[in-house]
Amino acid sequence: MTKRYDVVVIGAGPAGLAAACKACEKGARRVLVAERDREAGGILNQCIHNGFGLHYFKEELTGPEYAGRFVDLLGKTGVELKLDTMVVDITKDKTVHAINTTDGYMELKAGAIVLAMGCRERTRGAIAIPGDRPAGIFTAGAAQRYVNMEGWMVGKRVVVLGSGDIGLIMARRMTLEGAKVLACVELMPYSNGLTRNIVQCLQDYDIPLYLSHTITNIIGKERVAQVVVSKVDENRRPIPGSEILFDCDTVLLSVGLIPENELTRSAEIAIDPRTNGAIVFENMETSAPGIFGCGNVVHVHDLVDFVTGESQRAGAAAARHALGQQDTGGVLEVEAGSCVTYTVPQRVRRDHVEKSMELFFRVNNVYHNMEIKVMDGDSQLCRFKREHMAPGEMERIAVPRVLLDKVRGDRITVTVVPQEGA
Amino acid sequence: MTNVICIVCPKGCHLQVDENNDYAVTGFGCARGIDYGKKELQNPTRVITSTVRLEGGIHRRCPVKTAADIPKGMIPDAMGLLNTVQLKSPVKVGDVVVPDICGTGVPWVATRNM
Repeated sequence: MTKRYDVVVIGAGPAGLAAACKACEKGARRVLVAERDREAGGILNQCIHNGFGLHYFKEELTGPEYAGRFVDLLGKTGVELKLDTMVVDITKDKTVHAINTTDGYMELKAGAIVLAMGCRERTRGAIAIPGDRPAGIFTAGAAQRYVNMEGWMVGKRVVVLGSGDIGLIMARRMTLEGAKVLACVELMPYSNGLTRNIVQCLQDYDIPLYLSHTITNIIGKERVAQVVVSKVDENRRPIPGSEILFDCDTVLLSVGLIPENELTRSAEIAIDPRTNGAIVFENMETSAPGIFGCGNVVHVHDLVDFVTGESQRAGAAAARHALGQQDTGGVLEVEAGSCVTYTVPQRVRRDHVEKSMELFFRVNNVYHNMEIKVMDGDSQLCRFKREHMAPGEMERIAVPRVLLDKVRGDRITVTVVPQEGA
Repeated sequence: MTNVICIVCPKGCHLQVDENNDYAVTGFGCARGIDYGKKELQNPTRVITSTVRLEGGIHRRCPVKTAADIPKGMIPDAMGLLNTVQLKSPVKVGDVVVPDICGTGVPWVATRNM
């Protein structure tokens, strides 16, 4: 079956929903959202905790409530939502190959495509934790789905590896459901999650956080029986003699999220190895004209509110492209300067920036009393002060168009330096 | 003087609260931080979230939350109230699931249409 659409959005999580609604609002007539799950909402359906929407709705919502707002909004537009639909391939010429049991195999021709596939969790195998392979080892997100949606209690005595937000949230969740969470173990000397989660998930429940530690052995025949936790040195190598033994039946792994870019790579779109997502322009367009990306598939976010903003930008640009108005023009590269790991976007066509360009980045360590400087060679375009910065807390700045117009070189650099006199 | 990290928004401002000076708060990034700092040292409260059994819905569990913050010490009892709840689809966001948590007047409410 072949069908034409103005915009095809892949994924009906918060990114896809926001992009589709905005594309519709900006005049795209035939918009399709293809979602592989049997319901829209994406990962938010299992994020039953609150903390969502403080920026966007100025209310504190739970994940399902936040998703629900956009699912309701989508229902009021003319957007077609195909659930239980797996996109198996996309090509540079914007053909989307998808399958489901109602329509069979579909070849959909799109004026523009928005990639919103989100990300997957890093597994035990990927980080090669030594030891036995008993039952009871879950990625934290998988456990979250089991507990919050399927209704299964995944274990009773838990050790959490990784202090990113998912690990912290699940440490609290398991405790509230009656499990004993013995420890949260973090390889780095600082936690990767939001500080508020350290407080409300670990401190509130007296769960100890072991920084600069990792799991060096898992012991158990059919089910996890013990884990060995070791301290690590400044090169993150285990220190012999520092082993602590925990009697437990469950290990939850919160060791990283990986943008799911099989389809992106299939279309030969350029990927940034620092984000594991597509390289994008200021309008979220990838290296393939008319193919846009937004949300966790481009770079892993901490706040869904930022995902919504970014995805609306992608949806609007996708609609523009489908309606024949393409964003082209001179390109400025965005460079990551000192202390900065990556920026999104990585490239800017300043002619298409309206009032200001929203720029996201992460720093490579915990810093205090710093200044963010956007530089054009040696000349400073703008600067912003920050009291506290951490790798686990994505930064957002807005660079005004009038300043971008002043750039004389072919690149701008985002750099973080100590405040003068600090 | 106690150090408290504000949890009202993701910024996580580092507050300093002076118990000997009428719980004066410094280090806040907004007015909500002042209230949080004062409250946290005198009567800490939390909004908590969980799930309850659901029949006839797309999933076996329905997510719920406390409609407002409740005293931290009541959290285990509040959770206990959910054990006997059996919801039947359809359920709407905001439906009351348990009317009054331990005399606080705060209910558990559903957070998803199911």
